[in-house]
Amino acid sequence: MKSKNQLEIFKIQNKIKMIEFLKQPWAWYVAGPLIGLTVPALLILGNKTFGISSSLRHLCALCIPANIPFFKYDWKKEVWNLFFVLGIFLGGAIAIHFLGNPDPIIVHPKLSAELATYGITNYNHLLPEDIINWQSLFTLKGFLIMVVGGFLVGFGTRYAGGCTSGHTIMGLSNLQLPSLIASICFMVGGFLMANFILPFILSL
Amino acid sequence: MQQNIENNKDHDMRSTDAMCINESQLEHKWYHKMKYLVLGILFGIVFVKAEIVSWFRIQEMFRLQSFHMYGVIGSAVAVGIVSVWLIKKFNIKTIYGEAITISPKQFNKGQIFGGLIFGLGWAITGACPGPLFAQIGAGTSVVIITLLSAIAGTWVYGYFREKLPH
Repeated sequence: MKSKNQLEIFKIQNKIKMIEFLKQPWAWYVAGPLIGLTVPALLILGNKTFGISSSLRHLCALCIPANIPFFKYDWKKEVWNLFFVLGIFLGGAIAIHFLGNPDPIIVHPKLSAELATYGITNYNHLLPEDIINWQSLFTLKGFLIMVVGGFLVGFGTRYAGGCTSGHTIMGLSNLQLPSLIASICFMVGGFLMANFILPFILSL
Repeated sequence: MQQNIENNKDHDMRSTDAMCINESQLEHKWYHKMKYLVLGILFGIVFVKAEIVSWFRIQEMFRLQSFHMYGVIGSAVAVGIVSVWLIKKFNIKTIYGEAITISPKQFNKGQIFGGLIFGLGWAITGACPGPLFAQIGAGTSVVIITLLSAIAGTWVYGYFREKLPH
């Protein structure tokens, strides 16, 4: 009888350990392969090629096609993509509520030293709440980061014909040269912004 | 025959400047779409738990201060390459028995110009399109504005598409 109780306690302890483990930030070698498996999962579930930025186009085709040829197609055929991004939204909510990491994000000391000079000191969320919040939306800095930044993401991904998922992961998985070119350009643009332009925006 | 031509035209339009398109010719009831919702949920959980949707992780990546994002993207691509190779090699079919097809991508200058523009936006917002949805789910409600702005950017691209160099 005693040993049965001990077994129960052991099981519960293991369960707690498991949840504690899942609440920690996941390592790249766990997350990367899981993301890579999305490619065959979508192909095998229904002959769908992985890509997320297209959802923005389908939303345009659905809401405001405005007789623009680029948005005149049967978006209902691509509605699976909207289910997928709705899932990403729900997954984000589930991860924060049930598997949320209670500790602040740990970043490279050089980055935190740099960000401190711009008044960014809050590491409790995935995003810097010091600059990304409703109040700062109406300041020049906030407008540039949220509104202009978002516009560049939407315009650039469609102009490039895909984003990190469509080009870098799906395109490279299928060994497409145009996707390699696009991915290199994503990185070049990112390096330019993060190292040379963003410091000016953050110091506004 | 007429129907077929119309279908092909629509497929061509949808695949213009798009990586992700529906290659399947089958039509299913709406609840078949739930499997994409489930897959999206799993994907969103990984996004948040591995902090891929974190602005801070993106800043570290573009400052070469952390290997994390390179590890994530690199291992995802490696798994993707092996998976696609296996699917082609063994002629693996979908769960409905349909042959799997992936359209090749044509090069155009948009991949360079658009790629650079997206890169600039990625480093400011700390998000590509996927993480935008996850960030809203994870509770940063103001990202709704960033998402709406991204949709507007896509729309403006569609509006000026003919005038842009490709």
